[in-house]
Amino acid sequence: MSSSLIEVRPKRVNSDQYEEPFYLNLGPQHPSTHGVLRLVLELDGETIVGCDPRIGYLHRGVEKLAENLNYNQTIVLSDRLDYIASAANNTVFCLAFEKLFGLKVPRRARLLRTIVNEMARISSHLLWLATHALDIGAMTVFLYCFRERERLLNIFEEICGARLTHSYVRVGGVRQDFTQEAIESLKKFTEEFPQLILEYETLIDVNRIWLERTKGIAVVSAEEAINLGLTGPVLRGSGVPYDVRKFRPYDAYDEVEFEVPVGERGDVYDRYRVRMMEMRQSNRIIKQCLEKLPETEGEPIIAEDAPDLLIPERMREPEPKPHPKKGFIFTGREVFPVPPGEAFASIESPKGELAVYVVSDGTNKPWRLRIRTPSFVHISAIPSLAKGHLIADLIAIIGTLDVVLGDCDR
Amino acid sequence: MGILEKIDMETLLKNLKEKFPRYILDLREGDTTTLTVKREGFLEIMQFLKGEGFNHLIDLCGVDYLNYKLEAKPERFEVVYHLYSISRKELLRVKVPIPEKDCWQYSLTSLWKTANWFERECYDMFGIVFKGHPDLRRILMPEDWEGFPLRKDYPLQLEEEREWKVYRELKTKARGAR
Amino acid sequence: MGVEKSTIEIAPSVRQIPGTPAFITPIDKIFNWARASSIWPMTFGLACCAIEMMATGASHFDLDRFGIIFRASPRQADCLIVAGTVTKKMAPMIKRVYEQMAEPKYVIAMGSCACSGGIFRTYSTVQGVDEFLPVDIYLPGCPPRPEALIYALLQLQEKMKRETGRWGFWRK
Repeated sequence: MSSSLIEVRPKRVNSDQYEEPFYLNLGPQHPSTHGVLRLVLELDGETIVGCDPRIGYLHRGVEKLAENLNYNQTIVLSDRLDYIASAANNTVFCLAFEKLFGLKVPRRARLLRTIVNEMARISSHLLWLATHALDIGAMTVFLYCFRERERLLNIFEEICGARLTHSYVRVGGVRQDFTQEAIESLKKFTEEFPQLILEYETLIDVNRIWLERTKGIAVVSAEEAINLGLTGPVLRGSGVPYDVRKFRPYDAYDEVEFEVPVGERGDVYDRYRVRMMEMRQSNRIIKQCLEKLPETEGEPIIAEDAPDLLIPERMREPEPKPHPKKGFIFTGREVFPVPPGEAFASIESPKGELAVYVVSDGTNKPWRLRIRTPSFVHISAIPSLAKGHLIADLIAIIGTLDVVLGDCDR
Repeated sequence: MGILEKIDMETLLKNLKEKFPRYILDLREGDTTTLTVKREGFLEIMQFLKGEGFNHLIDLCGVDYLNYKLEAKPERFEVVYHLYSISRKELLRVKVPIPEKDCWQYSLTSLWKTANWFERECYDMFGIVFKGHPDLRRILMPEDWEGFPLRKDYPLQLEEEREWKVYRELKTKARGAR
Repeated sequence: MGVEKSTIEIAPSVRQIPGTPAFITPIDKIFNWARASSIWPMTFGLACCAIEMMATGASHFDLDRFGIIFRASPRQADCLIVAGTVTKKMAPMIKRVYEQMAEPKYVIAMGSCACSGGIFRTYSTVQGVDEFLPVDIYLPGCPPRPEALIYALLQLQEKMKRETGRWGFWRK
């Protein structure tokens, strides 16, 4: 098994004494690692001298499976990658496929997509806060955040029928329109949410224990952060204002006004403040999109020439051919011409920069689908961030990087 | 994030073509500018690009073109790099063809620390060895797995005989106990 | 000998002194009630179903009212809820954790991936955790709603209440 591949190298202290490093194995089953992450720590007392993350315990072969499914079926697969903010995963896949097919998404669909993405961002940050605070020890925050998250998940269920794995954003637009009740409950949510963020902040913001445990931990400078490949709130906590929504706008982000919060020092506390402010900005974006929605009343929610399994009339061949096997019929799903070529799309998912590179060979299945996930890169940065800290700080570091193992291992 | 002297993208590409005429195989504009580069001059070109402000390595991945019917690709594998310049707001794609028999590529870990794990994953999935990598071992599959899963001749599901031996023993022991 | 005369056969090669059930059944009832009213599952969240498990434990769909507290150590838990996709790399760990739990122990396979591999029919996914673990309750869904998880735990309670003879030094 993989545990046998740790070599213990004893150090010579003086002429007749040897000192061996102490190896501690954290996980893959551990109450505080966010999923199945295994860290092999080399310790000197309680201080971490070296760290070797071992991943792959949730590797499900999504990239290889996507080469055997057609483009619409991979959207369903994409939900399960970053399972906390499924809308973001669906969006990046759809953006890449739309670039490949050359589709133009109607305005109403773009607004709906933006709303769903921002709801996913709030819900992901709430879960991040809940688990991060729980790991550090503030257990009440967990229950408060899940109360809000239940409201959001109920609205998601109104919109698309599923709480967690939506598959709402489709190639060319969205699956179905918002009902009036969904819009009303979302409006009420946006009115009440800023007050609730204040509630979480009064719990921990100026708490002495929180400040002791988060200020000065894992400080990253801006150049170091870009070299390590960190993106998202982790990079913005170090002072770099790189946000894909502003640099390469997609969907309706060029129509709404919002700010990108940036930290100063690059420690755990700054990243926490960045994410709290991002939740407020997301709330602002949803409000603006809801105001713009009535202007686009009656517009289509999916592009005219989108290849979509929901509109079977367009897909079926006029004269179904007889199937070679007795008793089977062709459903005609296999026929749409896909231009060959390649496409690259990236979005600002709640965790960082999520990117997809797709190569097509003219058939209805992708030839190669590569998913660049932020969690993979952030876990690779743990050894540089954790050097010299204590084990308790390591838990805070894993929390601040906001890693999800489904995202990392795919 | 200092302000570099901003020469625009076209001038940059022209400088690139003048400086390294032998190494650049192809330069294509389109949705994203794609540069196809030979393996020999690869490290110098990446050094040059990093100096010109392309400091963010977004992605590094491998592609297997076995039985690709559309175009005749020169080699079986290709390693694709996506670079982004935060100051310039420009995206660039760099492709390097890798032959099947001579399956290795230069490692970028000296320039970008993030390339470390990307290259380990590329080795794990395709079998491309990266020269100069400090610690090249499998990352997503177990350490003693045989085969390179994302190659086109690797099956999606494994039959009984090709199963990983630790898991096969686990299953037979469980069946025996029952 | 004396054994055949004073005992009766209730099942092949199982002999019982007549009148034993009147003695065993009340003790069974007490043990089963105690076990069913305080199932302590172990936190084994692997993937998406873990999020729904956390939501079930939070305040909206409370699990504490059933006496269910999540314990982090296998030595202190009696139920293993396998929530999420099981991969071949992770399988030996699950088996090791299962063996560390003390009897009586139960397994709930939560989610389609744990029941049968789910949508991931690939080279690295175990097609159902029952390939190497004895499962008591299967809970399909992708992910199953919190109400469904509560239903599965209640069904496990019913299953526990139907057991006999799982106490004492002669239990299997």
